[in-house]
Amino acid sequence: MREPLIFEGSTAGRRGVTLPPLDVPPAPLDSWIPTEHLRTAPPLLPEVSELDVVRHFMRLAHLNFSVETNVYPLGSCTMKYNPRVNEEIAALPGFSRAHPYEPDAAVQGLLHLLYDLERLLAEILGMDGVTLQPAAGAHGEFTGLLIARAYHAAQGRPRQRVVVTDSSHGTNPASAALCGYEVVEVPSNRRGRVDLAALARTVDAETAVFMLTNPNTLGLFEEEIMEIAKIVHGVGALMYMDGANLNALLGLFRPGEMGFDITHVNVHKTFSIPHGSGGPGGGPVGVKAHLAPFLPGPRLAREGTTYRWVEAPPESIGQVRAFAGNVGALVRAYAYILALGGEGLRRVAEEAIVNANYLKARLKEVYEVPYDGPCMHEFVASAAAQKRLGVKAMDIAKRLLDFGCYAPTINFPLIVEEALMIEPSETESRQALDQLADALLAIAREAATDPKKVQTAPHTLPVARLDDVLAAREPNLRWRPA
Amino acid sequence: MLERIGVRTFEALLQGIPSSVPRATLSLPSGLAESELLRQLQGLAAQNQTAETHRAFLGAGAYDHFIPSVVRYLTSRGEFLTAYTPYQAEASQGTLQAMYEFQTLICELTGMEVANASLYDGATSMAEAALLALRETERTKLVVASTVHPEYRRVLHTYLRQTAVQIVELPAPDGVTALAEAERAIDDQTAAVIMQVPNFYGCLEPAEELAGLARRAGALTIVVVNPLSLGVLKPPGAYGADLVVGEGQPLGLALNYGGPYLGLFACRAPYLRKVPGRIVGMTKDAKGARGFTLTLQTREQHIRRARATSNICTNEGMCALAATIYLCALGRRGFREVGEQNVAKAHYAQAQLTAIPGITPLFRAPFFNEFALQLPCEPAALNERLLARGFLGGVDLGRQSPALRRGWLVCVTETKRRADIDAFVTAVREELHA
Amino acid sequence: MANVNQLRFTKTHEWLALQGAEGTVGITQHAQEEISDVVFVELPKIGRQVRAGQEVAVVESVKAAFSIYAPVAGTVVKVNEQLSQSPALLNTSPYDDGWIFVLQLSQPQDAAALMTHAQYEAWLVEESDRGGVHA
Repeated sequence: MREPLIFEGSTAGRRGVTLPPLDVPPAPLDSWIPTEHLRTAPPLLPEVSELDVVRHFMRLAHLNFSVETNVYPLGSCTMKYNPRVNEEIAALPGFSRAHPYEPDAAVQGLLHLLYDLERLLAEILGMDGVTLQPAAGAHGEFTGLLIARAYHAAQGRPRQRVVVTDSSHGTNPASAALCGYEVVEVPSNRRGRVDLAALARTVDAETAVFMLTNPNTLGLFEEEIMEIAKIVHGVGALMYMDGANLNALLGLFRPGEMGFDITHVNVHKTFSIPHGSGGPGGGPVGVKAHLAPFLPGPRLAREGTTYRWVEAPPESIGQVRAFAGNVGALVRAYAYILALGGEGLRRVAEEAIVNANYLKARLKEVYEVPYDGPCMHEFVASAAAQKRLGVKAMDIAKRLLDFGCYAPTINFPLIVEEALMIEPSETESRQALDQLADALLAIAREAATDPKKVQTAPHTLPVARLDDVLAAREPNLRWRPA
Repeated sequence: MLERIGVRTFEALLQGIPSSVPRATLSLPSGLAESELLRQLQGLAAQNQTAETHRAFLGAGAYDHFIPSVVRYLTSRGEFLTAYTPYQAEASQGTLQAMYEFQTLICELTGMEVANASLYDGATSMAEAALLALRETERTKLVVASTVHPEYRRVLHTYLRQTAVQIVELPAPDGVTALAEAERAIDDQTAAVIMQVPNFYGCLEPAEELAGLARRAGALTIVVVNPLSLGVLKPPGAYGADLVVGEGQPLGLALNYGGPYLGLFACRAPYLRKVPGRIVGMTKDAKGARGFTLTLQTREQHIRRARATSNICTNEGMCALAATIYLCALGRRGFREVGEQNVAKAHYAQAQLTAIPGITPLFRAPFFNEFALQLPCEPAALNERLLARGFLGGVDLGRQSPALRRGWLVCVTETKRRADIDAFVTAVREELHA
Repeated sequence: MANVNQLRFTKTHEWLALQGAEGTVGITQHAQEEISDVVFVELPKIGRQVRAGQEVAVVESVKAAFSIYAPVAGTVVKVNEQLSQSPALLNTSPYDDGWIFVLQLSQPQDAAALMTHAQYEAWLVEESDRGGVHA
């Protein structure tokens, strides 16, 4: 059932919302603004009624899978339930209608919240200073790397290279490149962890930062993390943790106690902000004391019971975005942390880890799991066996949609062939996990008995498999009137 | 479940982790039940004086506009709110179609041929546009109007800190960029000229002339816009812009103390493959039916890694959706009317305020819905008294620069009734002459 | 150009067709199979000077971007503009209409050091024997 574009449903003269009539003296626009600044042809916005708008977007909503309607085991995304109470809290006008340039005295409640959130995150991460500015994880990485750069410059020894792992998320090398660094990759060993010997050979006096995720993108805890930190610190480089997988560490381990100097978190992963079909998110960054002077400014300060914004020290890297941060998202994260408390956060990690291991146990007979031993909150299976029958990870992902489950992350990390990265998160029940496992096992059987069905999936969705090649060869990126 | 996994205790799952890795003991307060959580957070919210409790005459990059209730309703739908980035296109047609509509709307507003599905905010969009221009032209200089939002300029400096790029700022003696200075500064080493329309002081820049100077030097023209003004003001596409960026917050997004906001990024067709961020394209499915998908993904970090056009992954999807719904709900006539009301009310307010003895306009340039005034006193002191009287006063421009001491940037949107403006003017008059 | 026996090959899957001091460059059949549907080709600027092994062009599929390297040192004198309209030519006609660029070789004798077709094919077999389950 295809939903027309809103423009296609446009009917001349219709309007949706009305405004109150103008109550100040009217005048032609060009009596206030010279004609050279004025528009001559209006933009082609649709002409639709309010009901048209509601029906259109409701019907679009019905075309989506979402956490609220489907199991969503996307590895590295932590698609946990987004508590609705947080939506209510974030919508409170005392938060949502605050203007960023109000006097500090007028928004003490908000400043208290932000200050407290910095403290809570510092405690959870084992860090000494936190910035809430970055708008997303990748933005946090960029911020963290700018901090590292400023630190090394202050040491009198600016360095040229950032080392990443071969299983790293693409944002790691991209952020490093954006920051002006050369990027060097270090391989994983046969156990899927960082190869220590290779690392020792790779890092040197030109290395600014080693970026890794722990647990890594294979869902495996870097057991030699303390040795890794020694090697990296030994050459005067900094340790950066990509916090995408923090869900496995909450209350169990703290990056600041594993040798990390800088880490970012993704509030839209670990701290339950809704993913919003692609944001907004939030990427706060935590640092150890020796890096705190370089944090972005302005900074929040507390004097007695009063909060205010103060200028950052001169070593600060400056600002990475306008205003204080994605405050709307941060309010939700704050509420989530307060609701769970220390005990609750630890249970999140424990249940996430149990859920992932349970799924792995159910699937590993049929989908190769390249790395032995327990996983953390996610694991990577391979559809290599299915590929030999002509069925790839992409096909399995599409067929899974027919079973009412969103697909896991596929073809990542790059070091596993036909990768299926599965992260159930702690909020899925055993029944939901069994539903997912049953579906994946059924698809594996189909791969053997009826591969075509899998290769041409999905069959039951509003659209069949979409032609990516056509989309890229003939870009059609906007509607045009006939 | 532990049984099915094959272990006796949870700890067995962590046995591979050596004891040299310390275990955490979090020192955090105990958790709260929902009712307690609400009580506590409501308490914090109630401490804040905001555009809800006070009449706001404050803009400077974040604007208090009317948000139709359908925007909040539709963006609260879990199918949009709790979906992931639409990588599995067949399961995300709702999101993808909405983003295609968003891209179309932004192109219409700006007069550009291509728009992406959002970046973080106006400031980072501007930085990304600058990076694109530097790479495209392989030049090393940026000429930036000093009337661009100060925080945006600070962000640009942060983004370019580690490069050899030279940033030259153009003076604006009367609230708009001096063309003679611009002509001197723009040369064959200039990658881009960056201006904001309306600028930080609310004034309309000589945009067409500046774009002409850029073009003659082979530099790109980057314009930072307030999209809400584009129902009334000439779109940058009509006066030679190459890249248009801006802050989409005025389009149906709550003030939220500065975020999440909505970075707009649009450009002419030749720069299509250099655009950062996600882009949605139309295509067909296996049965020939129309559908939508993320496209041109090889520009992005998950494929190009170190050579991506940007490092951006998560963007501002819900914010872009809110803007799309806002623009559809207002529609062609409604959007035009919002712009007209902003102009009319701001000019009425400016006339009333400058009739108060001691207050004069700071600049003579035409403006949209914001204007700068010269006060006979410190704006911070006036704002404090206005706060007590139920108003959020304008920005103290003296904090930007000593030359603008006692400058006060006032914004009036369509949300202010005549009675609100009159009450504000009365309060200002009384406080000044108290 | 269609006769592969007159071409030279690199380990990065480019072919070179020498004509005097000029060489036309494209990608091999094996390469286009690996890449699968080509959606875009980023062509070099005319006049660009390149070293042997330096990235000259980029071929994009939906899922990945592949660097195309100069087999030998030279200056780019011609590019196949047709690829802007029809990137699929790289798939359908990799040795003919799918040519990518032409170099003015700075040292024409360098071409002799490249593999012949037979050597390339043999090397391909060797490489695939060495490969394992993991990408």
